Amino acid sequence: MAKITLDGQVYDVDAGENLLKTCLSLGLDLPYFCWHPALGSVGACRQCAVVQYKDASDSKGRLVMACMTPVTDGLRAELEAPEAREFRASVIEFLMTSHPHDCPVCEEGGECHLQDMTVMTGHTVRHYRGRKRTHRNQYLGPFLNHEMNRCIACYRCVRYYRDYAGGQDLDVFAIRNDVYFGRFEDGVLENEFSGNLAEVCPTGVFTDKTFSAHYVRKWDLRYAPSVCAHCAVGCNTSPGERLGVLRRIINRYHGEVNGYFLCDRGRFGYGFVNGEERIRQPSLRGEPVSIEAAVAHLAGLASGRTIGIGSPRASLEANFALRALVGAENFYAGLSRAEAELVAAILDVLRRWPIRLPTVREVERADAVLVLGEDATSTAPRLALALRQAVRNQALELAQELKIPGWLDAAVREAAQGAKSPLFLASPAATRLDEVAEAVYRGAPEDIARLGFAVAHCLSPEAPGVPDLAGEDARLAETIAAALASARRPLIVSGTGCQSLEIIQAAANVALALAKRNPERSAPADAPDQSPPSAGLTETMKPVDLCYLVPECNTLGLALMDGRSVGDVFAAVQEGAADTVVVLENDLYRRADAVAVDHFLGQVKHLAVIEHTFNATAEQAELLLPSGTFAETEGTLVSLEGRAQRFYSVMPPAGEARDNWRWPAA
Amino acid sequence: MDDKNNKPIPLTESEAAEIRAAASHYPDPSAASIEALKIVQKHRRWVSDNNLQAVAELLGLSAAELDGIATFYNLIYRKPVGEKVIHYCDSVSCWMLGAERIREHISKRLGIGLGETTADGRFTLLPIVCLGACDRAPAMMIGDELYGDLDEASVDAILTREDRHG
Ligand code: SF4
Ligand code: SF4
Ligand code: FES
Ligand code: FES
Repeated sequence: MAKITLDGQVYDVDAGENLLKTCLSLGLDLPYFCWHPALGSVGACRQCAVVQYKDASDSKGRLVMACMTPVTDGLRAELEAPEAREFRASVIEFLMTSHPHDCPVCEEGGECHLQDMTVMTGHTVRHYRGRKRTHRNQYLGPFLNHEMNRCIACYRCVRYYRDYAGGQDLDVFAIRNDVYFGRFEDGVLENEFSGNLAEVCPTGVFTDKTFSAHYVRKWDLRYAPSVCAHCAVGCNTSPGERLGVLRRIINRYHGEVNGYFLCDRGRFGYGFVNGEERIRQPSLRGEPVSIEAAVAHLAGLASGRTIGIGSPRASLEANFALRALVGAENFYAGLSRAEAELVAAILDVLRRWPIRLPTVREVERADAVLVLGEDATSTAPRLALALRQAVRNQALELAQELKIPGWLDAAVREAAQGAKSPLFLASPAATRLDEVAEAVYRGAPEDIARLGFAVAHCLSPEAPGVPDLAGEDARLAETIAAALASARRPLIVSGTGCQSLEIIQAAANVALALAKRNPERSAPADAPDQSPPSAGLTETMKPVDLCYLVPECNTLGLALMDGRSVGDVFAAVQEGAADTVVVLENDLYRRADAVAVDHFLGQVKHLAVIEHTFNATAEQAELLLPSGTFAETEGTLVSLEGRAQRFYSVMPPAGEARDNWRWPAA
Repeated sequence: MDDKNNKPIPLTESEAAEIRAAASHYPDPSAASIEALKIVQKHRRWVSDNNLQAVAELLGLSAAELDGIATFYNLIYRKPVGEKVIHYCDSVSCWMLGAERIREHISKRLGIGLGETTADGRFTLLPIVCLGACDRAPAMMIGDELYGDLDEASVDAILTREDRHG
């Protein structure tokens, strides 16, 4: 703790933070540009100046940048000192000399950090009479506009894109008044987290191009707290709607999950909500019917023995409503056979092994990571961005030894010279994270599993060894084991990506072997290593962080309700258990091969499908019941962290669509 | 920004060899960025987009990264220049002591504006930041030669001499 005095007021605050962050946390208005809570301080924009005093007798003080000033006990500063106020006003005035002042046609207008700061400093009259320097804009792909004339050279974009997200095709060019932020040449931005530029840039240089296509001002949008439906990470979002059209998605801060950033899939993947392929009307054998008639028909169908097929992309509530309609014994999760098996294995590990599911934020803090059989950038993008930050922990530790605070970004990078915490990556094909990995292992799923088992064996001799491992691979296993063993916060990431039970097993074995190592966490010596430890045993071990990536936004939630696959449904119908099936938001052709699905649908007499967008299953429905997308309904999803998160509807369902849970519940 | 045909003009063998040799002095080849660009310039006077891409590949950098470095430095030319580049200083001391007058005089004499090259390809005129010769302001640099205490007459003499030699 530290006692500090700001403008004569005494505050108790945390020591060690920077003064700008502390001021903002206290609710004080201090303008700034280049500092960003996730990127730290570089002192580039000179906007956050305050006057700091040496001691009680110092009456003159000196100008300092708040973002570069560590908070220490007894610190005394004035935000309102005339010198500081004038300095800040003049900085804005300089930054604005070449700015086009085009707020009325700028899509940032109304939610622009630069507007806010300019007004805050009181710079309302333009004195500069010279010519403005202008830039040529670039084509950056379908997601982002580029309007360089609005740039104030805060460097946030390149620091985010290059340093934080690992992009290599956005940079800063030239010098002085001409600095230019863009690509080497026109072209699509390569990084899968490029969309965050629209939020990171404090001006209207980078704006959301998909939003431009149906732009309205921020204050004309209606928002609702939502959760991204595109993968199992469960990033928190704010979809914005106007007049029945979903206009854009922006990040909604969640300190333990997505923080300030989304992936491009989550941010830009909303077009389907407004899409032509939406199902807007209930229909019976292809003919439009009223909602009442549809409800009555469904009730008729469900009066006998009916099978319900749930969905890993529908909420717990919708799945529950369907289960309530058909009865628990007739409700099937509706995953593919392989998925169902894999997820069951994962659940078993999560329930009974000495492991702990880290949050995305905790993934960022890991100081040694083994990724076993996953391309996280594809299966859980935001988590891959967190893994990229985890690699920086070594740098942060080095800086700490030198007494450099972690937020002093440029100094940390300079001191650490690219030092990295170990990240080991085993996957069948190249991944985006390879470039930051200490070692990469390429192999078939079986080989990856064997590597995992070998690592477990290196960590704990009780774990079964892999006898015929090539020398090189055995050495890699030893290296990985040594890194994990000496780490303070080791992390194992695995999942269903390779469709391999062995990999899931191997990851669990590594975690268990690690848990057994630490004397404080150690288990009774006679514990069998292979079979899952008993409840009593796990209690004596300190759990190890293990994160399983599962495919869809509610895979884990659904698997907690029921574990049976579409294969089980096919078998039940084959045996004549029922001839009526209700499918909830699930395209069966994605869960089994087409021949099997066709055969199954041939046996079903009555097929009802609740769905929001046409697909091959919906097209064969006798009764088709239109539902709302994530933006038009509410419910709960269970993320890969095991976090149940509620999302809310931002707009009423399109046409005659209804909430997916309302159909079976009616 | 010139040669828009997409294939990078491969650097000549000797250029590539010189660059590799320069890079071999550092644990991180990107440390040789400026040297590498100067090597290209020594052979070609300026660095085209395609040259830059080839150098970036050689040093294991992205083109954007290397161009960020290239465009930071006044003495790396990313557009064609003449045989001799005149850098007149436009920073504060020189500006106070008549840099603008000197520039106008050079422009009038050579018939070129800022960033332009004479028709005979002999001279290009560019501004530069403080040359560290404020005590002799206004100042300019032609090639490696620094000239101070300029006035119209001395500029005429210098340009005549520079045109005759080298
Ligand atoms: S483009 Fe935006 S983020 Fe980048 S330097 Fe300019 S104002 Fe800052
Ligand atoms: S990481 Fe997953 S949940 Fe997060 S925004 Fe991307 S697709 Fe959505
Ligand atoms: S925010 Fe402090 S200098 Fe930019
Ligand atoms: S300002 Fe021209 S040499 Fe210093």
